[in-house]
Amino acid sequence: MNRKNDQVNDVILQTAAVIIFFIIIVFSINLFFAGHYSPGGGFIGGLMTAAALVLLLLAFDSKTLANVLPFDYRKMTALGLAIALLTSLHSIFWGRPFLTHAYDKFDLPLLGEQTLHTAIAFDLGVYLVVIGVTMTIIQTIGESE
Amino acid sequence: MLDIIIYVALAILVLAMLGMLYRVVKGPTTADRVIALDSIGIGLISVVSLLSILLDTTMFFEVILLLGILAFIGTVAFSKFLERGEIIQHDRNNDL
Repeated sequence: MNRKNDQVNDVILQTAAVIIFFIIIVFSINLFFAGHYSPGGGFIGGLMTAAALVLLLLAFDSKTLANVLPFDYRKMTALGLAIALLTSLHSIFWGRPFLTHAYDKFDLPLLGEQTLHTAIAFDLGVYLVVIGVTMTIIQTIGESE
Repeated sequence: MLDIIIYVALAILVLAMLGMLYRVVKGPTTADRVIALDSIGIGLISVVSLLSILLDTTMFFEVILLLGILAFIGTVAFSKFLERGEIIQHDRNNDL
């Protein structure tokens, strides 16, 4: 068990982790955008993104992850809360109650006519908060010696 | 007819998962238990897919992929703990 000073070789784990990371990220984005019409949403999408980041933490180390993806997860939590609060507040300025959502049809350049709903912005806030809180917990526990 | 086949397959899967559960309880080393828990996760994927045929719904497909990812990450985390003694290292190349 005392192999801490040896140069360990994790070629299979690291190669597999880099490929599986992108599969999990794409799956989590699919879960996030599918949330309106089918199972999914901001919570499980954020948890899956955090799981992809945890897979990178397992295959590499926290220093490498901080170099590759330099996010401050506490600021990410704050940003998610701010997005959720702003999308809840915007209806007040139109004379509607708090948390009233709105939607409209837009003609997007590549995607054609799509219905955009402000609930997706609220869900983006949930997504960012879930990633931020999960990664803060895991990194805080992992870093302590 | 298809229902009967699915019920038989579910019964066989439950028996297989009971066998894996025996290995989790009895297994002499920790590695036996980790492998058995991983196989229970895979068996759970099969149960969920058979149930989604039985209930005639596509709403469980996310659960199937989710269980596969979670079983993989959990097994990797446990094997890293068995191998290194710590799960998340701070600096892999010059440790401590």
